[in-house]
Amino acid sequence: MGVEQKLGNMGIATTTLEQAVAWSRTNAMWPMLFGLACCAIEMMSAQAAHYDMSRFGMELMRPSPRQSDLMIVAGRVSRKMAPVLRRLYDQMPEPKWVISMGDCASCGGVFNNYAIMQGVDEVVPVDVYVAGCPPRPEALIHGVLTLYEKVRGMKFAEIKK
Amino acid sequence: MEDKLQPIIGKLEKEFGGTACEYRGEVSLTIPAEKIVAACQQLHDLGFELLSALTAVDYWPQEAPRFHVIYQFTSVTSNLVLTLRVPVPGINPSLPTVSHIYRSANWRERELWDMFGIKFQGHPDLRRILMPADWEGHPLRKDYPLGYEEPQFTFNFEEINQRKPYAKE
Repeated sequence: MGVEQKLGNMGIATTTLEQAVAWSRTNAMWPMLFGLACCAIEMMSAQAAHYDMSRFGMELMRPSPRQSDLMIVAGRVSRKMAPVLRRLYDQMPEPKWVISMGDCASCGGVFNNYAIMQGVDEVVPVDVYVAGCPPRPEALIHGVLTLYEKVRGMKFAEIKK
Repeated sequence: MEDKLQPIIGKLEKEFGGTACEYRGEVSLTIPAEKIVAACQQLHDLGFELLSALTAVDYWPQEAPRFHVIYQFTSVTSNLVLTLRVPVPGINPSLPTVSHIYRSANWRERELWDMFGIKFQGHPDLRRILMPADWEGHPLRKDYPLGYEEPQFTFNFEEINQRKPYAKE
C-alpha cells in the first residue's frame, strides 16, 4: 500500500486562502469579556455548561485585550467607563470585532440620563447588536453566529493593516 | 421617642435652636448652617460615634432655602439614631466641613459637592468623586436636564441618526 492511495482516501478540497483564513477565524474566536451589568450574567451563562459557547470555537473569555479579537460589551456603559472601553479596544490586535450585547449597550436602553452612553457605537464601531433586556444566552449565541457569517465573507482588503 | 434620646434632644434644642420633629420613630432636628460644626462636636462627645449618612435633598422650586443637607448620626453603644437637617440657600451654597470630627464625612462631602454643588469650607480635598473630573454641572440638582440625548424611535430615527456621534474605526 503506497502513500498515493492513502492521500487519495484523505480527499482534497480546493479553496482560496482568503476563505480558508476567514473560516479558521470563525473557529477560533477569542472574545474579550466586557461585563458591565446584568447582561454579563447571561454572557457567563452562555459560556457555562448549559449553553456552552465553546461549541462555536470560544473556549475561554479573555480578560486581556491583547490576546483577543472580539469584544462583547455586555451592559450599560457609563461616560466615565467610555474612555476605558475605547482604550481596551485600541489595545486589541487587528482584525477585531465588537458585539454590543443588550439594549443598554446598543442604544442606552432604559437609562436615558447624563451618566450613561446612549449606545456604545459612540465609542467603538459595532458589528452586531444583540437586542434584549437582557438577551437570553441563545440570543447572544445567535449574535455570535451572525458575526461569523460576516467574518466568513470578509476579504483581506477590508481588514485594516 | 426613645427615653434615652429625650435629654439629648432637649440639650441640642436649647443650645442650637430649632425644633425636633418625629416621624415614624425617626427624630430629626433642623438647625442653622453656622452651628453644624458645634452640633457635630457635641453629638460626637455625647456618644454618637458614627456618621452613618450625609446626604442632601433639593426642594427647588417649592422651598426657599432649596437644599437640605441631612446628617444622620448613629450611636452604636446606646443604640440611638438622630438626624440633623441643615437648610442651605441655592446661591453659592456652602457649609463648614465636619470631616475633622467624623472621618467618614470626607467622601460624603465630596459626593455632595459633585452631585449638588454644595461647597464645604475647610475640606482637605474637595474634588468630584463620582463624575469625571472635567464634568460640568451638578447632576442631582432639580434644574439639571434629565436626558442627555433624545431617544431614537421609528418616527425620528433618521433625523437622530444623522447627528449621532458614531465612533470611527
